[in-house]
Amino acid sequence: MLMNGAQAILESLRREEVDIVFGYPGGAVLDLYDAVYQAKFPHILTRHEQGAVHAADGYARATGKVGVCFATSGPGATNLITGIATANMDSIPMVCITGQVGNPYIGKDSFQEADIVGITTPITKHNYLVKKVEQLPRVIKEAFFIARTGRPGPVVIDIAKDVFSTQFEYEYPKTVNLRGYSGEFTGKEEEIVAAVEAIKNAKRPLFFIGGGLTLSGQSRLFREVVKMSGIPVITSLMGLGCVPSSDEGFLGMVGMHGSYAANMAVQQCDLLITLGARFDDRVTGKLSAFAPNAKIVHFEVDKAEINKNVPVEYPVFGDLRWSMPIFLNLMIRSCDNYEKQIQEWREHVIAMNKEHPFAYNHEANTILPQQLIETVSKLVDDDTIVVTDVGQHQMWAAQFFNSRKPRQFLTSGGLGTMGYGLPAAMGAKLAKPEHKVVVFTGDGSVMMNIQELATMADNNIDVKIVLLHNSVLGMVYQWQKLFYGHRFSNTIMDTKVDFVKLAEAMGIKGVRIQGLDGFEANLQAALEGEGATLIDVILPPNEDVLPMVAPGAQLDNMVLGE
Amino acid sequence: MKKYNLAILVDNKPGVLTHVSGLISRRAFNIESISAGYTEETDVTRINIEVSVEDKHELEQVINQLSKLIDIIKIVNLGEVDSIVRELVLLKVRANRETLKDIRNIVDVFRGKIVDISPENVVIEITGSQGKIEAICEMMAQFEIIEIARTGTIAISRGPVPVKNM
Repeated sequence: MLMNGAQAILESLRREEVDIVFGYPGGAVLDLYDAVYQAKFPHILTRHEQGAVHAADGYARATGKVGVCFATSGPGATNLITGIATANMDSIPMVCITGQVGNPYIGKDSFQEADIVGITTPITKHNYLVKKVEQLPRVIKEAFFIARTGRPGPVVIDIAKDVFSTQFEYEYPKTVNLRGYSGEFTGKEEEIVAAVEAIKNAKRPLFFIGGGLTLSGQSRLFREVVKMSGIPVITSLMGLGCVPSSDEGFLGMVGMHGSYAANMAVQQCDLLITLGARFDDRVTGKLSAFAPNAKIVHFEVDKAEINKNVPVEYPVFGDLRWSMPIFLNLMIRSCDNYEKQIQEWREHVIAMNKEHPFAYNHEANTILPQQLIETVSKLVDDDTIVVTDVGQHQMWAAQFFNSRKPRQFLTSGGLGTMGYGLPAAMGAKLAKPEHKVVVFTGDGSVMMNIQELATMADNNIDVKIVLLHNSVLGMVYQWQKLFYGHRFSNTIMDTKVDFVKLAEAMGIKGVRIQGLDGFEANLQAALEGEGATLIDVILPPNEDVLPMVAPGAQLDNMVLGE
Repeated sequence: MKKYNLAILVDNKPGVLTHVSGLISRRAFNIESISAGYTEETDVTRINIEVSVEDKHELEQVINQLSKLIDIIKIVNLGEVDSIVRELVLLKVRANRETLKDIRNIVDVFRGKIVDISPENVVIEITGSQGKIEAICEMMAQFEIIEIARTGTIAISRGPVPVKNM
């Protein structure tokens, strides 16, 4: 079929079952946008390229499909960087298509030229510069394959401007042929056998799950293993939802702001069975004192993660999609009556969790942030997708929102990107229009991509924005309080911004909630109303996220609060 | 710190060196030298890296992280197999009528070659292991070394099996 490069891109996206693209036009992608116009390709114009890339990320996290965004050369592409790095740290499948200056202009410091392959190399799973139109179909086919297989990640395709307008005979390849990457990650069954053997002999086993379990879509099978074995479960921020927070053996999030029981269980267990987690410093605390009594089992698709931060006695290399069914089978066969064997340990950790749940002090006529999140958690249905920004509110959301399903709690974990929330929530809503989408944000984070309120308004994207408005950059403020002698350098934001009016000015609804009088009813009305709504909830500035393990301290050394 | 020679087979595509060097810098790996060249297969480039690592564990990290790059076909640690390691060096050394004979004798001992000569200097070509190269540099220092150009080490295994089949 004869077509030009731009048409070939859209045709390829269709074949990859892309149903929506987020982007922002510009000089180098004029031909691409002309093709979008002519083909009526579904496209959301965000108000900043960073909005587009986070929206594609939110779309990908909500569905497991590959998110796609477009940007022009130079500043358009560099505006994607934060979003690409965010996706890369959390292993989110994404394809970013950027325009590059035309072939004759490359390397001449031309107008709006930047070396995007060079810039994105350390923050992508792979990237390409396409200088010949004939390469396009193969490159796009490979990009989607690479983005979604194995440990997923973002792929950037930078395309020289003249490629978009060049005609060629289009044919989309049926298969991918990469000599260095098969996309298949099956390991050795012996490793699973060894892991199960270790579990059989353990007295105090503990499951530790991470984002890899979410990404692999194996949480249903995992829940079966948990149910048949009775082994208690802790999670990283990225694994929230894989096991419902209401499960008795679920001890919650581990790490710096993890639960008392989760952190203590890590320090006391004799076998830490890890699935798709990478032992981030926010999880481990002081590395040398992490899980001091435990041997570690590590189910992991990325070989480089095994032994990266902690020494692993029982590695199980391979995709969870391969290992989990085998693991479940072996567990059923060999761990008969296992719950009895570990009963004492299970009861012990559950008791710890009951004794020290996430808690806060109620105050008369002041809404507290924890209470706000708890109330939202109670009011919304099980299918609601929660998106967070980054900071204190993110940790409170992780602690107090009852995540019930995988892909329900979307948050920038690895990179900790403020400004992620609003655009990612738009992506999630467009991906799952039948689900309610609530974003928890702060008065710091929300301003980082506030322009996306206009995108929401103009495209009728119904997102409920719960703004935890405490007039400080809370997380940094908390650190300054604890570690910098109350010197609150540039963290007090006694702003004159009226967020309700701002929301209205952008074209969405704004509601303010202050004080406990009518709190729940007003909140419910705002959450259940029609259309995008910003709910500006006024909170005190002094609440801390607790428990807290100070940076570099060991996990059982927690500041608990009263 | 211990040094290892890695042979890396990569797709001969644009951007490959960016990916490899980008990864080395991002992961803060220490490399002593890096060189690249065509191979017996037209679409495969061989990159030779000499890495400096604290222990086996760090070496494993280097190999596993590099293996993740999509355009890397194969990595072999040639330090693990019996192999021949060489480096090519061009040395520009101050020389005159009085010193030339001595220089020539030393070059012969090291089985090097004088490939350029002028009334003021010679250029010596020499290949060998790092130890040998350091030794000749030490000997030439007495005449004044004006300039050194080194390729970095490359290595190949002994026996008939190529890296791609290991």
